[in-house]
Amino acid sequence: MEFGLSEDQRIFEDAIRRFVEDQAPLDRVRELAEDGTGFDETIWRALGDLGALGVLVPEEHGGSGLSFFDAALIAEALGRGAVPAPFLGSAVMAPVALAAAGTPAQKQEWLPRIASGECKVGIAVAEVTGARDQAGVTLSGGTLNGRSLFVLDALSADLFLIAAGPDNLALVPRDAAGLSVEEMPTVDRTRGIAELVLDNVRTNNLLGGQDAAGEAIRRMIDAGRVALAADTLGAAETMVQRAVAYAMERKQFGRPIGSFQAVKHMCAEMVAELEPGRSLVWYAAAAQDAVPEEAHVVACHAKSHLSEIARDIANTATLVHGGMGFTDLMGLHYWYKRIMVNRQMLGGPDRVRHEAAVAQGWAA
Amino acid sequence: MDLRYGEEYEAFREEVRNFIKEYGHLSPNISGSGLSGGIHKPSERTVEWQKLLVEKGYTSRTIPKEYGGFGGEPDPLKTLIVSEEFTRAGLSPGLSGQGISMLVPTLLEAGSEEQKRSYVGPTIRGEMIWCQGYSEPGAGSDLASLQTSAREEGDDFIINGQKIWTSSAHYADMMFVLVRTEPNAPSKYQGISYILLSMDTPGIDVRPLKTMTGRSEFNEVFFTDVRVPKSNVVGRRGEGWKVANTTLKHERGLLGDPNQIDNQLYAVAELLKTETVDGTRLIDNPIYRDRLLRLQARAYAMRWHSMRLLTTEIKHEEPGIERLVVKLNGTHLMQDIAALAVDALGELGVLYDGGAHLRNNGVWPFRYMFQIGMIIGGGTSQIQKNIIAERGLGMPREPRGDVKAKEAV
Repeated sequence: MEFGLSEDQRIFEDAIRRFVEDQAPLDRVRELAEDGTGFDETIWRALGDLGALGVLVPEEHGGSGLSFFDAALIAEALGRGAVPAPFLGSAVMAPVALAAAGTPAQKQEWLPRIASGECKVGIAVAEVTGARDQAGVTLSGGTLNGRSLFVLDALSADLFLIAAGPDNLALVPRDAAGLSVEEMPTVDRTRGIAELVLDNVRTNNLLGGQDAAGEAIRRMIDAGRVALAADTLGAAETMVQRAVAYAMERKQFGRPIGSFQAVKHMCAEMVAELEPGRSLVWYAAAAQDAVPEEAHVVACHAKSHLSEIARDIANTATLVHGGMGFTDLMGLHYWYKRIMVNRQMLGGPDRVRHEAAVAQGWAA
Repeated sequence: MDLRYGEEYEAFREEVRNFIKEYGHLSPNISGSGLSGGIHKPSERTVEWQKLLVEKGYTSRTIPKEYGGFGGEPDPLKTLIVSEEFTRAGLSPGLSGQGISMLVPTLLEAGSEEQKRSYVGPTIRGEMIWCQGYSEPGAGSDLASLQTSAREEGDDFIINGQKIWTSSAHYADMMFVLVRTEPNAPSKYQGISYILLSMDTPGIDVRPLKTMTGRSEFNEVFFTDVRVPKSNVVGRRGEGWKVANTTLKHERGLLGDPNQIDNQLYAVAELLKTETVDGTRLIDNPIYRDRLLRLQARAYAMRWHSMRLLTTEIKHEEPGIERLVVKLNGTHLMQDIAALAVDALGELGVLYDGGAHLRNNGVWPFRYMFQIGMIIGGGTSQIQKNIIAERGLGMPREPRGDVKAKEAV
């Protein structure tokens, strides 16, 4: 039993954290946020060189075949830097779906290209976790019609996984006839979210075949929720670190504001929530591989709990900075907004708590 | 990251399960223990059970054989397995008073050979009950300012003063107490001694301190010319602050037991499933249900957090800031769990002393109130936040009025 990072995982975590500091310092994030696609070729290639994009892809398909826990460590590191990279869709959700229900031919076709970074995947499942504005995609006679909102990692995607009802997941290339991608700008400019409009899109490529993807969709959503929780953990950690550093450096009334208990206690409260939150994310990530019977409930709890504590941390860390925290100058808002958007995607906390209640027989 | 326990430990789990099958019926009943803990001396049945657990190594596992223990290698994972299996079977995990959890580790670290031989065995077997004489009316969060004095007279100390918040003093056999032996020491942290004394010593007056729960979980203890031999000092005379800090470290670990948190959480879940209002089950009320789920997420976080700390212990690594947040989180979570039960019960939630409608013997309002005591005791939440910020995050101390900053420890 080892509840924590192995020696190899520590080395890996160090490497990925250093990578984030080098490749995505605040100035770079600021620059990329202008463009708002949530993607940068240089960062993406470098992530590929690190082996991060094939983390969940089996070795036989060109990946490194590591554990979901390793994927969560990468997601956390990307959250620490608010790094614009479509890691969630390509490196987490798509490989999980393909592993769960992909045919050998589908795996052979897509997994090597995902692992190399050549193929980036957008995920259209928001209608499974809460349809808004009557959106939805229907599948009839090999044709997809309708709209899907809040498609994750959409603006840079080469391939989309599109849920058509609860049991079908279509693999649709971006250049498919009848498919259009319309940006949905959110408060966070580090993730490329879009609406897909499908007008008689022909597909003969359903994951695992007709009506075969129900379980894959559910597992992929759990995986995405844990990865979002890990990303939120990383973003919140950066906010805590920056708030503590600022409180020690900023002086008022002749002393660092961090020596006032009013400020110091805010910092203590943040870290007191963050550390058990980290333990929960670790377990939820490990459970995706090792404890299938608990994987869904803990994914829900990780997503909702991290969303709740990170909201408090984001506000508190901003408050510790006083007026400066509210300015663009400090750049704190990139993490604040990343936490905001992570919270809403793939089901907000209230919705996922309800799902956890249903799974435990506490609600119908 | 590896969640598997491995073969050796699965075999150990089997052994524990077999023990439970064979001897489980001898365990004292723990269903009402939330109400009586710390009020009465452990029953004969409890002491017999304790002896059995010590003999099998299911409690006090690592205490050396020569002092009456099992003499096992430190193995936190085995301790965890015992705790998990006993919780699952609804058995008493054995005694856990301040003698066992705080005095014994301190004696093993700082006591003389004679002290270890005289006290460790009877204490872990539940034959000798201890209370802790630390806090005073004028020395709470600022414990080092304690004033109870010990004046030298030949081979003895003569103790005068008062202690407060002394759990189980009304039935304890012995006390470990902090007293000031050198009133003129240059700093308040010096000149304190850590002394063991019998509660039968003439001059000790124990007065139960009734709390808001209506019960007396604590006492005040008054000392008038209490004579104690100098050989009862633990560690060096005048260095009791250092010795005491060994024990405080052990206490802070006590107050965030994930098994206890889980037990109470699932007891509330059960309550919500069985109680009704206007003919509807409480669990079918989305607000109560959502509160339950929020608490469950926090309980999960604390459970896996304790596994993370356990791993640190197994690897002999110094735990960092993650250790410091346990008491703050655990005590507030426990009160929030009780608060949900009280709220969901509505008016029933405040029934307390008897009557046909009383639920679970009034345990929920009791726990709700008792828990505010736990939030205060062992270092209030505000003190915890200072510790987290100063020791954990390296933030500067608040300027102090009593000592120069460099003297503070």
